[in-house]
Amino acid sequence: MKITDTASTGVETPGSPAGPGSTVVKTAPPAPRRTAKAEGAALNVFSHGVLIIWAIMVVMPLLWAVMTSFKSDKAIFTSPWALPDKLHFENWSRAWTEAHMSDYFLNTLLVVGGSLLGTLLFGSMAAYVLARFDFPGNRFIYFLFIGGMSFPIILALVPLFYVMQNMALLNTLHGLILVYIAYSLPFTVFFLTAFFRTLPTSVAEAAFVDGASHTRTFFQVMLPMAKPGLISVGIFNFLGQWNQYLLPTVLNTEPENKVLSQGLVQLAVSQGYKGDWSGLFAGLVMAMLPVLAAYIIFQRQVVAGLTAGAVK
Amino acid sequence: MQHGKYRFIVGFLAVPLALYALFVIWPFIQAIYYSFTDWTGLSPEFGMVGFDNYSRMLDDEVFWKSVQHSLTFAVVLPLVTVGLALFFAFMLNVGGRRRKGAAIAGVRGSSFYKIVYFFPQVLSIAIVALLFQFAYNPNSGAINSVLKGVGLGSIQPDWLGDPDLALICVMVVLVWSTVGFFVVLFSAGMASIPRDFYEAALLDGANRFTTFFKITLPLLWDTVQSGWIYMGILALGAESFAVVQIMTVGPNGGGPDFSTIVLPLYVYQKAFRDGQAAYATTIGVALLLVTLAFAAVVMKLGRRERLEF
Repeated sequence: MKITDTASTGVETPGSPAGPGSTVVKTAPPAPRRTAKAEGAALNVFSHGVLIIWAIMVVMPLLWAVMTSFKSDKAIFTSPWALPDKLHFENWSRAWTEAHMSDYFLNTLLVVGGSLLGTLLFGSMAAYVLARFDFPGNRFIYFLFIGGMSFPIILALVPLFYVMQNMALLNTLHGLILVYIAYSLPFTVFFLTAFFRTLPTSVAEAAFVDGASHTRTFFQVMLPMAKPGLISVGIFNFLGQWNQYLLPTVLNTEPENKVLSQGLVQLAVSQGYKGDWSGLFAGLVMAMLPVLAAYIIFQRQVVAGLTAGAVK
Repeated sequence: MQHGKYRFIVGFLAVPLALYALFVIWPFIQAIYYSFTDWTGLSPEFGMVGFDNYSRMLDDEVFWKSVQHSLTFAVVLPLVTVGLALFFAFMLNVGGRRRKGAAIAGVRGSSFYKIVYFFPQVLSIAIVALLFQFAYNPNSGAINSVLKGVGLGSIQPDWLGDPDLALICVMVVLVWSTVGFFVVLFSAGMASIPRDFYEAALLDGANRFTTFFKITLPLLWDTVQSGWIYMGILALGAESFAVVQIMTVGPNGGGPDFSTIVLPLYVYQKAFRDGQAAYATTIGVALLLVTLAFAAVVMKLGRRERLEF
């Protein structure tokens, strides 16, 4: 986790006057050279230009969506870039109730909440055993788990559909939760196994000598110690599961069980006939803003969590 | 630590392994088995047909189109995305004006840029695809009205409806939504490169261009390579399915004249629309082979001496 700390210090609060570099070097600075200075200045203008252009390209579509969600249907088509004549809040209430956005939200919360809990619990249990115990088949099971990271889900999806159907799990929320957990295990086990290996063994051994069972040692000693790792992998899985589209599209076609992403796509398809574009935009923005807001608040943790697994 | 060890191991592994075996491993094995049958997916009966599905696949024009598009995705998208992200990350971390006390520095406000660039990463790819579908709309979409606004009213492409443009439009969306993640990833990697290296290089009179190719890139190589593979797998799998399925509907799905069809979408259509489950899994096996081959090629090409620092 050392690396994560270095990584997160690079990301500072917005508006902080100094870049990340200024805090690091404590040795004597090299003497500035004239030519290098001039080069740096020209580069600075250029780099700022390019960086600003990309920032605009990222933000514009999002701002445009927010603006459009407050416009009337007619204004959306006649003048896509004009500001709304007045704030049509009725788009939002219509989307929330009539277009079932409230239901989709609730479904997504239930499914993601359940699968996140299950992923973290089962993932850490498997990872702990694989990381800390020596037994025949340990390596095999480990590679079985992480092998799942590189296989295309779509290949398994056809037979999975019928497995779910036979077990009466198709089109149910709890069935979807189980599938989310299963497909989140490869990365979770991979990440947490590496993490458990870095934790000191002495604490767990002391607890065990004091008479705690393996199970108790795990839940009361190791799991609390693994909190930073659980947070990282939790954020990763939260984003992945909240934004999942492929699995629910195939395994969850019951209209009242739809999750946000597929509900929105469904709306877009049927809106083609009804023409409630403003309501659809309101729904889009509704689905967008909570994650964006959460990201802005917790951006340090999100970035540290998402990059922790990939940077050595 | 021996007492009750095996009972504990079994107890802790049982549920995760069972879930994983039932929902992941078993379907994968079944998929390969089904590719040798004539199963429709609609009735429980089916017979073995040997390699019939495979020979049919090799004669299938749409299959080859989807292979071609998927390969384009796997080659072009990582190239553009990783390239852009490296460029941005280098600017953010090393491109800044030299300030007192630091040999190298990021541009002013680099942390702000990192936060903004990451926005699309937290949004569902489905939402992103819907958003851009509106933006690309030929009659009232945001892009064409900008063109009209700046006096280019005569150029009003039918973005997603034009077979020559549709694939590019779809790829642009994937680049837009993933660059930010790699910027942040590479920035984290660059932050762990010792500053003395840059100081030494700058003292020796190296410019930033040389610095990038001689210091940053070699030391970041492992991260770049895993990012490359990660992006390629995304581009071959779930992400490309979502953008293509949502953005380019068309009469057949997969764009005008199959101009945007990709392997995962073709699998989906064959299995869940056309009732050809066995044939769909055959295409899925082809997708698996393409994915594994892609990862192998990248690892082979990217093999370098590991630099320790």
